[in-house]
Amino acid sequence: MAGKAEIRAEAERLFALFQEAGAAPFEAALLQPSEVLLDLYGEDIRARAYVTSDPVLGEQMLRPDFTVPIVQAHMTDGAEPARYTYMGDVFRQQQAGTGRASEYLQVGYEVFDRADPAGADAEVFALFSAALKGRGLQGSIGDIGILVAAVEGLTTSDRRRAALMRHIWRPHRFRALLDRFAGRGALPEGRAELVSSLKGLDVAQIVRAAGPEIGLRRASEVVERLKSLREDMDVAPIPAAEIEAVSAILNLKMAADDAAGALAEIAVEFPVIKTAAQGFVKRLHALIERGVDVAALTYEGAYGRTSMEYYDGFVFGFAREGGAPVASGGRYDALTRVLGQGREIPAVGGVIRPELLLGAGQ
Amino acid sequence: MTLKLGVPSKGRLMDETFAWFGARGITLERSGSDREYAGRVSGIEGIELVLLSAGEIPRELAAGRIDLGVTGTDLVREKLPLWRDQLETLVELGFGHADLILAVPAFWADVSTLDDLDAVAAAFRAEHGFRLRIATKYHRLIREHLKAAGVADYQLVDSQGATEGTIKNGTAEAVADITSTGATLEANHLKILSGAPVLKSQATLFLSRTSGADETILAELKAKLGL
Repeated sequence: MAGKAEIRAEAERLFALFQEAGAAPFEAALLQPSEVLLDLYGEDIRARAYVTSDPVLGEQMLRPDFTVPIVQAHMTDGAEPARYTYMGDVFRQQQAGTGRASEYLQVGYEVFDRADPAGADAEVFALFSAALKGRGLQGSIGDIGILVAAVEGLTTSDRRRAALMRHIWRPHRFRALLDRFAGRGALPEGRAELVSSLKGLDVAQIVRAAGPEIGLRRASEVVERLKSLREDMDVAPIPAAEIEAVSAILNLKMAADDAAGALAEIAVEFPVIKTAAQGFVKRLHALIERGVDVAALTYEGAYGRTSMEYYDGFVFGFAREGGAPVASGGRYDALTRVLGQGREIPAVGGVIRPELLLGAGQ
Repeated sequence: MTLKLGVPSKGRLMDETFAWFGARGITLERSGSDREYAGRVSGIEGIELVLLSAGEIPRELAAGRIDLGVTGTDLVREKLPLWRDQLETLVELGFGHADLILAVPAFWADVSTLDDLDAVAAAFRAEHGFRLRIATKYHRLIREHLKAAGVADYQLVDSQGATEGTIKNGTAEAVADITSTGATLEANHLKILSGAPVLKSQATLFLSRTSGADETILAELKAKLGL
């Protein structure tokens, strides 16, 4: 294992490299307000981050990443376009026995630029690729945007599409919903009985009879959902061909330069992903222009679906075979929308973990 | 060498624990006045009785400050993420049964499963602008349970007592708590979600794996208890 000083030196090297590439150094507070992180990542972040409390400031978390503070700072007073780099510790609780570090250095590079998304994606990837060259790492890329386009294009109700979209980063739940909406999976226990018990009756009356209205969720909301459940029973199953197309997209794993053809093939049957697939090709060209050997990269249709919850477009990572990612990143336009309160800016970036990089180089 | 046996210091759990050991020829009793937390053991040599709050017994076992302890499985699972490494389950005592459950207002006629709860959490957040609140003191167990089921857009709010009242008071939309008969839930116009409970708990005799308990006394105790 590399010593702390060695890791620090490696981090400094990357930090300098990113500044040479035109990024402004960014500093973030170690203590971050819990509220924003919880709203973004959900309650699960409590099990992953270190939570502490302050009688005045309220609940705080030891910085679990730089992305949130950097987006917040940029949305508040950043100029456009902007490039930032940072170097500092982040803190994550780890499961016992995994031997993973709970405090480690991250060096990152983030681009906020409206002009040319494909170019910005390629810029970040090419920079990382150069910084990590000769260290025995395999680069992988993916594109959550293709999956998003596929879900948006499914022949089904808005409600079902929204449910799938909400769980796009939870593969098991997503698959269960997809199967159910395709008429293959079982309905939740008691659903059929519930809906048939509503037949011909006044739904509001049923809610009134069930018990007194207590709490913030109003009886009208219950009535609304009961009606929507009734409607949902009549929604036609998603066509089998579309389900196959979604599975095919998720199962793709091949050299990146072959992926364009494979996606185009899927788009023949399922044209809703055509624009997203063209976006992928455009990015591939931008990568080639920047000298990236795309034939050496792996394309994975499901890449970044579990560990990188806010990525909604291009995703990438570098890892030793079978190892944890040494570097990872992607596009997170939606995150800027959530944190920007009405405003948004296309954003892409990534982080390198110097201690893993040193391990990988040995 | 003596073995330290931690037992809940008051209430039914203490009485039933005493009765359980008594039925196996080991008499546990409080010494001195009712208010003094000291105990006496007869019927076996080398066991020292330590009276503790049931909630502290898991921690004391994990730290190896007591060798044996009686407490609920719910408390062990909630407080000790690594309980399997730290504790050994000697025997379930057959009392103190309680289920950790999730409950929602009875008038939520549209909700009976976790799937419903997840859908409602999404709609609630869209409507009210914040994540649906679940009041509980079992943060870890509930979070893991909901994560496994893919429930999102909720938040846990801490409630150390009178949890069933939080909904009426407007500080939570749902609750997760221990119940044995469900009577308190019903009285507060709540219903339990269908399916298996989050956890079925009962009073259990645990052995600390970290205390280095004396093998001879332990063997004798086990024989006496028929283990």
